Amino acid sequence: MDIILEGIIKAFQLLVSLDGEVLNIALLSLKVSGLATLISLVLGISVGTLVALNTFPGKKILVSVVNTGMGLPPVVVGLFVSILLWRNGPLGFLELLYTPTAIVIAQSVIATPIVMGITIGAMQNLPANLRLQILALGATRVQMVWMLVKEARLPLMAGVMAGFGGVISEVGASIMVGGNVRGYTRVLTTATVMETGRGNFDIAIALSVILLLFCFAINIVLTYIQQRERPR
Amino acid sequence: MKMRQIVLEQKDLRVDRGGVQILDIPSFCLYENEFVSLIGPNGAGKSTLLLSLMGLMQRRSGTLRYKGEEIRTEADFLQLRRKMAMVLQEPLLFDSTIYDNVASGLKLRGMGRSEIRSRVMTYLERFNLADMAQRSARKLSGGEARRVSLARAFAVEPELIFFDEPFANLDPPTRQALTDDMDRIIREKGISAVLVTHDQSEALRMSDRIVVMNGGRLVQEGTPAAVMNHPVNEFVANFVGMETILEGEVIRNHEQQVAVAVCGQEVDTVGDAEPGDHVYCCIRPENVSVSTSFPKEKTSVRNLFSGTITEISSMGPFLKLRLDCDFQLTSYVTRESFTELALYEGRPVFASFKATSVHIIRRRVA
Repeated sequence: MDIILEGIIKAFQLLVSLDGEVLNIALLSLKVSGLATLISLVLGISVGTLVALNTFPGKKILVSVVNTGMGLPPVVVGLFVSILLWRNGPLGFLELLYTPTAIVIAQSVIATPIVMGITIGAMQNLPANLRLQILALGATRVQMVWMLVKEARLPLMAGVMAGFGGVISEVGASIMVGGNVRGYTRVLTTATVMETGRGNFDIAIALSVILLLFCFAINIVLTYIQQRERPR
Repeated sequence: MKMRQIVLEQKDLRVDRGGVQILDIPSFCLYENEFVSLIGPNGAGKSTLLLSLMGLMQRRSGTLRYKGEEIRTEADFLQLRRKMAMVLQEPLLFDSTIYDNVASGLKLRGMGRSEIRSRVMTYLERFNLADMAQRSARKLSGGEARRVSLARAFAVEPELIFFDEPFANLDPPTRQALTDDMDRIIREKGISAVLVTHDQSEALRMSDRIVVMNGGRLVQEGTPAAVMNHPVNEFVANFVGMETILEGEVIRNHEQQVAVAVCGQEVDTVGDAEPGDHVYCCIRPENVSVSTSFPKEKTSVRNLFSGTITEISSMGPFLKLRLDCDFQLTSYVTRESFTELALYEGRPVFASFKATSVHIIRRRVA
């Protein structure tokens, strides 16, 4: 029991005193996962909207592939991004392995299908006649797509949140392509794994509390979105 | 009536879905200031026709003209849609305030902010929404949501407006109030309108012309009285019902006892119509009795007309008689009384019905 209690007390001391290293790790996590989410947002929403609003042969298969991608295991993504960025690999010349950029790439690969899948669902969930109503109001095609995105903004935001929640808490890919280099590619999850392994429970708990706070904030927003109603 | 200008003219419209032809309309016109009701069973192609006329439906063939100019390209259709509005069965409001909803069509047209503001306020007031302007469109009752969707459609001040069963699933008082609001604006602004409806009395009350559709085709079109009294075939007859519809004008109303002038005759009825109102008198054939001699004893029947039988047709256990009493009447008699009265085509008879058997509907006068 003592270990846990002491750990918690020390963790709060670290948090309250704004320990430099803990702070840097948290900030890097936010930066990397935030950037990855932003990339997945641009890719996921645009492609997802396109897929949802058009009919073409193979659409069902494509949607199934995207939905499968929503549950992509981070270690698998870590493995393939590692291979791509490996010194002798196809993109080895970029010398990105074990850099924050490598983590951003891996996390984008994880988050994009999540955002895309939720976008497709959200757009298809809009009332079937809404598109006709918008066009009948005198909208151009571009105006119509924009209005539909605006109508689906809450579920889309949920998608973005889910994407962010997915990448900020994953550890497999970050450790494989980032390498957990101190002060460079060490993020909340990789640091927690390492500190726990070393028996530094106080730091590990402090890092976990920050991670939990992030997750909690995301869930507040998600719950709020889910409990809203659609207009008639 | 003076000749009115054709606003929308559609020729040879054919629409396919999944390789099957779902619409085949050789010709459909809409005149200036005209109110047309489109009636027909589910799947008759009414909505498809409206969507096709707005260019929102892939068509196999067809030439559409707006005031004589051909609508050809997607850009032409966009310009056409910007002169129009459509109200669908579901209100389909946007997830924002009532104000934003009513402003949406104007924003799409790139109208200036202050202009939008004054226009939106005008229509919010017309539809009694002014004090709800900043409320979210998410928590409205069915009736309120429909009012917002009507205000949104009228706010663009369209020259043409289409309604696709806009008042389905509303309670009768709400429906009546909305119909009245809509009718008033349409007349005031001289908008041409097409209404898809399942409600016959609504069609009678509002329309200059009724178009009956079935199986993707126009089956019959004409004035409400023409369609209701002279259905071209059994389908239309069954669909519009068998009521006799007489056009008339109220001449007096004394304590709910209403007298209506119909073709030089006077039809008595009950109700709250005002003198000068243009009305339809609807009489169900089973309520019209036929006799061969003038009734001797005093009866409660207030409407008694002499006429002749012009047509006799079989209706299962009944016979349907068409009577000419200066106006057309339809009556059902049992086979028993038919034999008893020794009726034949051309025989002079007396037709009678109670004042309470006459249902009156106010009609729109162009």
